[in-house]
Amino acid sequence: MLPATYIKPVLHLACAVPALMLAYGLYKGDLGFNPVETLTHQTGLWSLRLLLISLAMTPLRRMTARVEFIQQRRMFGLWAFFYACVHFTIYLLLDLSLDFSALWADIVKRPYITVGFIAFVLLLPLAFTSTLNARRRLGRKWNTLHKLVYAIGVTALLHFWWIQKADIREPLIYCLIFGALMLFRLPLRGRKR
Amino acid sequence: MLIRVSPSHPLTDNDVTDEKLFHQRRSFIRQGIYGGASLAMASYLPALASASIDRFADRISGAPTTMKVDEQVNKWEEITGYNNYYELGTSKDDPARLADALQPDPWSVTVSGECAKPGTLALDDLLDPMKLEQRIYRMRCVEAWSMVVPWVGFPLADLLKRFEPNGNAKYVAFETLYDKSNPLPGQRRRVLDWPYREGLRIDEAMHPLTMMAVGVYGKPLPNQNGAPLRLVVPWKYGFKGIKSIVSIRFTEKQPQTSWNMSAPGEYGFYSNVNPKVDHPRWSQAKERRIGEFLRRDTLMFNGYEDQVASLYSGMDLKKNY
Repeated sequence: MLPATYIKPVLHLACAVPALMLAYGLYKGDLGFNPVETLTHQTGLWSLRLLLISLAMTPLRRMTARVEFIQQRRMFGLWAFFYACVHFTIYLLLDLSLDFSALWADIVKRPYITVGFIAFVLLLPLAFTSTLNARRRLGRKWNTLHKLVYAIGVTALLHFWWIQKADIREPLIYCLIFGALMLFRLPLRGRKR
Repeated sequence: MLIRVSPSHPLTDNDVTDEKLFHQRRSFIRQGIYGGASLAMASYLPALASASIDRFADRISGAPTTMKVDEQVNKWEEITGYNNYYELGTSKDDPARLADALQPDPWSVTVSGECAKPGTLALDDLLDPMKLEQRIYRMRCVEAWSMVVPWVGFPLADLLKRFEPNGNAKYVAFETLYDKSNPLPGQRRRVLDWPYREGLRIDEAMHPLTMMAVGVYGKPLPNQNGAPLRLVVPWKYGFKGIKSIVSIRFTEKQPQTSWNMSAPGEYGFYSNVNPKVDHPRWSQAKERRIGEFLRRDTLMFNGYEDQVASLYSGMDLKKNY
């Protein structure tokens, strides 16, 4: 078993690997024939994956009774936020060429953009209140605020589902994982009552 | 934009190579090249010759260029490595990866419906009388990316006229290969209602820009691009360009088309490239040319407005998307 002090740096590195690989692929011209599409898809996918990993920490703690899982939750959430930021920036910069009126038109007119944007905006308060300081300051409100993560999960999955043309296998898998992670929470909450 | 339409070159019977000689030309060349080589060497030849339909390779590589656009032509690797061909998988690199699953030889096309001379033609018989030409066209995918592709083929009208469509032929319906007992990898799941179906109004089908392609970049079509023959309608979204065609049918009623059946609110029968009519889920105003980072403006009818706008005069293009 890895000494506890190493766990965090190793996990940080693991979360950074997709970004590093994409950056290296971009530099080498190795991201396929539509590199912008690859960057958009991969950063979106990793944001969603890390969000689901962060949501897996609570069930894992309950199953194993090990508090270490909860200690990593914030890190995964922040990395999910990092990939969401890159994802949104690529869209704004390379798809819209920084045309903010086009951004607004997309948000208003395109449901998959609407929900994707909602997911991104909802991530902001969670990222900004992720420090221990903010947590202390907010007290019980912090827990309520961070329940937003469930809404982020749902809107992010809708965003993914609604962009598919006909093949829904991939988003379906992510929805099933999200559903399972939610189900893990239900019976235990019932037991507490 | 530069479009050159070649004058028609009427051929006489004297210009036609004798059929027997024509069919022997490959073995003729082979004998010339390998005449002195060992028998062991020669035994490899049949395998090489049957690997693809390269018996048309000479005609395809020799096709004169009759139309082009003043834009950078996409690379061979892009055109043959980034494809939408759901019969060979739904991701862009699936078709090239799974291309071997398609067997374009032997091939035949069944022509039926409202015409005087229906029938089933072997590919050789279908191609023999056709005069091949290279045309460099823009290709705009409904997913808002685009390429510039040097197709080799012939005007669809030249083929259709051979079957003498009658007055009831208001539309032409096309179908892609679908062998239920031996489906292509992507046809094992019902992502779309197989076989893939497409259709054109007869005047669209007869329009001089509409072509049937059998090659790209001077080579026979690779399987992932729709071997051995596919439709190219440059002013419509790419999915109208049905691949690996086995059936052509003249119909009186508007035929069903696959993407329209799959999502009628999103993909219409016409599917003309139109920057002012958005897909319900995304804008069609701009496109990403493969090889470029920023998006460029999408042109009305994909830049072929002068040639095709008259086909739709008086039509509401928002309704007839």
